[in-house]
Amino acid sequence: MDVSAEAKRIMVQALGKLYSSRTQRGGLRLHRNLLLTLVMKSARDIYHSARTACENEAQSGSPLPDPQPQRTEEAMDTSDADGESCVSARTSEGKCKVTSANCKKSQEDKENSDPVRSDRHSRKRPSKAAAEPDFLPTKKARMETGEERHGARPGALRTTTGNCYRADETLTSLPMSRAPARPGIALIDKSGWESAVKSWDPCAMVP
Amino acid sequence: MIPGRGGDPDDTRWCFAQVKGVVEVNVTEADIISTVEFNSTGELLATGDKGGRVVVFQREQESKNQPHRRGEYNVYSTFQSHEPEFDYLKSLEIEEKINKIRWLPQHNAAYFLLSTNDKTVKLWKISERDRRPEGYNLKDEEGRIRDPATITTLRVPVLRPMDLMVEATARRIFSNAHTYHINSISVNSDYETFMSTDDLRINLWNLEITNKSFNIVDIKPANMEELTEVITAAEFHPNQCNTFVYSSSKGSIRLCDMRAAALCDNHSKFFEEPEDPSNRSFFSEIISSISDVKFSHSGRYLMTRDYLTVKVWDLNMESKPLETYQVHDYLRSKLCSLYENDCIFDKFECVWNGSDSVIMTGSYNNFFRMFDRNTKRDVTLEASRENSKPRAILKPRKVCVGGKRRKDEISVDSLDFSKKILHTAWHPSENIIAVAATNNLYIFQDKVN
Repeated sequence: MDVSAEAKRIMVQALGKLYSSRTQRGGLRLHRNLLLTLVMKSARDIYHSARTACENEAQSGSPLPDPQPQRTEEAMDTSDADGESCVSARTSEGKCKVTSANCKKSQEDKENSDPVRSDRHSRKRPSKAAAEPDFLPTKKARMETGEERHGARPGALRTTTGNCYRADETLTSLPMSRAPARPGIALIDKSGWESAVKSWDPCAMVP
Repeated sequence: MIPGRGGDPDDTRWCFAQVKGVVEVNVTEADIISTVEFNSTGELLATGDKGGRVVVFQREQESKNQPHRRGEYNVYSTFQSHEPEFDYLKSLEIEEKINKIRWLPQHNAAYFLLSTNDKTVKLWKISERDRRPEGYNLKDEEGRIRDPATITTLRVPVLRPMDLMVEATARRIFSNAHTYHINSISVNSDYETFMSTDDLRINLWNLEITNKSFNIVDIKPANMEELTEVITAAEFHPNQCNTFVYSSSKGSIRLCDMRAAALCDNHSKFFEEPEDPSNRSFFSEIISSISDVKFSHSGRYLMTRDYLTVKVWDLNMESKPLETYQVHDYLRSKLCSLYENDCIFDKFECVWNGSDSVIMTGSYNNFFRMFDRNTKRDVTLEASRENSKPRAILKPRKVCVGGKRRKDEISVDSLDFSKKILHTAWHPSENIIAVAATNNLYIFQDKVN
């Protein structure tokens, strides 16, 4: 659905803008960050309702889907590992067509996750960890429909690649023992990112 | 006040008068004008820029020899008002950008203005010196100390004329009162107090006292996660010294009476227009945020600017605005792109003319718009170097919203969104306007026949 895709794109852009506002001169702008958070939350709500609608559709539709094409994930794999490259993530993600196939895909993430990719992320993560701000989403367990499928795990397993958002991948391939030192806004799966949005505190960084 | 279309002789036609600033391919960020303000007589025009400088222009006396040339504005004083600072506790840089300038009324030969950046308000005194004392005993004419042994007679220093020098001195510095970024300052009509406003709080100061300020509005929630709106602008009523208004990011305006309580968290009046559900989009919250609020000179009306409209409110009617003017409604379908390139966060200001009959605000592509409240006519004009011949009449511009583009019209997709007019000012009594276009200041006047 276009609405769902647009909602996701808007959310990703909002996260990117919030993230890059940390480096702006003059400190964080409360007004702007509040507006971005509101946009993100309303886009998230719309995305949720769109996804719920399509999941209902999917469950009532034919069972076995095709695996989601790997192209979107590959596009993200090749983006730069740069803290500010949420831009690249959002341009590549913008191409992602979200349909019911997406919903089905999320149920099969375990099969499609790539262990090699996770190693690459873990290699890059430590350089970013020290720079991560404390206003980014905390690791709170969230009871999300997405997360339930993946079992109980911290809401924010994050590593540091440049990707703000991955359409259809989870982090279950990452070793659970490797808890990141600081949350990062890099590799976030769909459900983890939803919880990131939920626990987002726009004002945590402002005293 | 609006240029005539059919040759109506009563309509005002706007002409180019002056432009200040250099033409550069790559604009130096520090030169970007961030505020423009006439003083209460219109004799002085002040601009502040991102580099923390204030430039004050003075209108020259109209000469009898050249009655056609209305007084020109020439540089009177330039000074560095604010410097970049560093907050060591929070590891934050404090920008030197001048957010607002407000003039104080003049009561002696010197001029006073308040200028503010994100954290600190300063009171500047601008005074002329055209005489200096000469004939000191202990110093010679160059200021070197004389050897007392060489002094054989005493004389009384006398004041001798000198070349006019305009000096600006910081008389008061009002600091350390704002945790968040200051967005407005407003001088009270009592001429003793002023208020400074940040995202969550409004503080009241006495112009003489810098080590104390009173908090009069505080909307910070106990738990910041519950924050839903911030203050975007505030202004004192032009003649009721107990009344002020502040606007919010949710599109509402609150009028407060300082006589009611020391802390004005409870408003006396609440102005808000219910949202039109058919216009709801992802960006409704962003575009309903009010970027500027201004009382009319009469004090009877209020004007607010949000991203797409200007609204005039009657203080006696809280339920909806009296008048709504579309500034650039053709952008409504482009909000997604404007969000991507951050233009949706631009904060446009709005101004009244001296008689409160015309309102003006800026737009993109260096366009600015005027709305005549009486005739209901509006016009779009452009501040550009191409139209900068002396006394050249400005031609009304038109944006083509679709369909066949006529000659001289510009299509929405050709608009230059990097050329935005956020700050404008209108002379308090005459038809002279100052329009800030990035790093250039344009002055337009109505045509003198």
